[in-house]
Amino acid sequence: MTMPETKVLPNPRAPEGRQPASAPAAGPRGKVPPRRRPRAWRWTDLAEIAGALGASAALTWMIFGRLLPFRVMPIAYVLLAYVLFLPIYWFVIRDGQGATAAKDRLVTVLIATGALFAFAPIVFVVGYVVKRGAEVLRPNFFTETMQIVGPLSKATEGGALHSIIGTLEQLALATAIAVPLGLLTAVYLSEIQGPLARPVRLVADAMTALPSIVAGLFIFSIVIKPHIWLQSGIVGSLALAILMLPTVTIAAEQVLHVVPGGLREAALALGAPYWRSVLMVVLPTARAGLSTAVILGMARVVGETAPVLMTTGGTTVMNVNPFSGHQDNLPLFVFTQIRSSQENQVDRAWAGALVLLAVVLLLFVLARIVGSASPGRRRLRVPRRRASRTTSDGGNPS
Amino acid sequence: MRTTGPEGSVTSDVPEAGPRAEEPRKLEARLTDADRFYRAFVAAGAGTTLVLITLIGLFLLNGAWPALKTSGLSFLTTLTWGPDGEPPKFGVAAMMFGTFVSAAVAMLITVPIAVCTALFINEYAPRAVRRSLTSLVDLMAAIPSLIFAIWGLFFLVPLLAPLEDWAVAQFHGWLPLAEASATGGSLFNAGLIIACMAIPITTSIIREVLAQAPRHECEGALALGGTRWGMISSVILPFGRSGIVGGSMLGLGRALGETLAATLILSIAFEIKPRILENGGITVASGIAIEFRDAQELGLSALMAAGLALFLVTFAINLLAALVVNRKPAGARA
Repeated sequence: MTMPETKVLPNPRAPEGRQPASAPAAGPRGKVPPRRRPRAWRWTDLAEIAGALGASAALTWMIFGRLLPFRVMPIAYVLLAYVLFLPIYWFVIRDGQGATAAKDRLVTVLIATGALFAFAPIVFVVGYVVKRGAEVLRPNFFTETMQIVGPLSKATEGGALHSIIGTLEQLALATAIAVPLGLLTAVYLSEIQGPLARPVRLVADAMTALPSIVAGLFIFSIVIKPHIWLQSGIVGSLALAILMLPTVTIAAEQVLHVVPGGLREAALALGAPYWRSVLMVVLPTARAGLSTAVILGMARVVGETAPVLMTTGGTTVMNVNPFSGHQDNLPLFVFTQIRSSQENQVDRAWAGALVLLAVVLLLFVLARIVGSASPGRRRLRVPRRRASRTTSDGGNPS
Repeated sequence: MRTTGPEGSVTSDVPEAGPRAEEPRKLEARLTDADRFYRAFVAAGAGTTLVLITLIGLFLLNGAWPALKTSGLSFLTTLTWGPDGEPPKFGVAAMMFGTFVSAAVAMLITVPIAVCTALFINEYAPRAVRRSLTSLVDLMAAIPSLIFAIWGLFFLVPLLAPLEDWAVAQFHGWLPLAEASATGGSLFNAGLIIACMAIPITTSIIREVLAQAPRHECEGALALGGTRWGMISSVILPFGRSGIVGGSMLGLGRALGETLAATLILSIAFEIKPRILENGGITVASGIAIEFRDAQELGLSALMAAGLALFLVTFAINLLAALVVNRKPAGARA
């Protein structure tokens, strides 16, 4: 490694300097300038923003309050003030710090605005659902069904026990169908990499594009229409399993890819057959990630409405048997109640929406906890266990 | 480590083993019976997945065939939906139009917001809140579309109604987009709510891609005196262009297949019109959800044809997105 051009330059601020690391070698001069923090806020920045805001607010008031002959909606004030703020702010910064800095600040404001528009919906969605739901959510929502509830009953009467049971059973069945298949497929893709790997990956990718309503239509037309099985919980689970399968497969495959190859090789080098290396080393190492994949798959389908709309039938009475008879579930409960023309039924739908939201949040938090527990636990536990096993093996006379 | 050299003490023992060490020892990987069983079992699982998924495509095609044979090419051009009528007259044109218009509205809103949000999280947000913001985006992606749809129906649409009415009152007559006899159940509003659902997934993908921008190049841009926007526009955006396109396309795939927002918001109307603020419209997904209950033999087949058409479109878009995302980005050297 020879770099002749770097050594002849005594000037540390040489623009051609290839190694920025050598630039701070200006140390011997003894004068270290005060450290600049380009990202830190200075009070002048705040003053500039405040001034520009004040100017735009005043201008808005003048236009709408004094110049225009008619009244406008309050939101127009906000919009105009924002639109005026941008050029004012730009001029202020350009005056003080030049056009480049002004452009930078302007873009910062725009990007922050964009992010605000992305995060605002979640606040409003969660806030609105909680507000509307809490008004009518009573403990009996979890213990009663809609069997004896008429369209004119109060919103706090009746409950969604039948829907909750249905959701749990259908979710469990869909998981029981999709997860073993998905995991096996992921193991095949990542560990065996046989001749099927390419086509399987291709169709799995394609399946993530399958619109959920088409999955429902598919099950409806091959199971329900020819009367192989009438509308029931299990048929809904089939549709959900179709949606879950590619999600679980792809997520699990990605997790298995992260397992270090050295672990596999170590297992094989110690004489383990392939199946033991997968079952005892690869899968346990990836356990946390796999659980996350499964939970995310569940979170994806638990709120799916379109497929269950066509397949489970929907009912107002309790049906604990998912294999026969119509069954309800939470999204369907919300959907049917919200489409009603009765105010109280619409109100009741929000209680269902709140419970559904809570279930999804619960699954999400669970996935986070399980997922983030992975590296720490792996680092702590695997070596200890391995160590104890080697010592005990060593102690055993063989 | 090199074995030649004047003071190489390590060279002494190597030449002795020389001639035989040239040819590597033959490694025999013998599979035990259990291994063979394991391989067969796993392959059977993967095969089942493959067969299952292929079957879905074939069944859809098979189910859609009678309808496609009846209607022929007019399936793509007919507006109305009357497959069980006499004579059957149906086509996917109005549904596809509604699907694409609502998805286009959604994407016009989603893409700029998603890029801004991704940049904000990666480059502007304080390090302390970056992780929580990322989680928040992922959480939004997990919220069921039903909840977004009913929220839109009861909160967002009434909130925007005066604004839309005002726009219609101001611009009707000289802007065809703003022509409307009544607002509320319009394709624009459906697209707006679909945008709320598409923003999180798009943001999440774009953010991940942009986070892989080579850090040393970013720091180089800053060290040369560039502003943060200079760094973003000269390093991060060129690097992440394929990720932005790919992420947007995945969001588009989701927007096209979205059922509930359209079902709940749109006033049903099988027509093609440029007046996106006006009540009325239909998408493929909501059409299936609405029509399947009353569908007879041919009606179901026609719905499957519509579903197949939608699936082909989303599939093509997903495939394209996968190709774009997986392509080596321009800046990814070393």
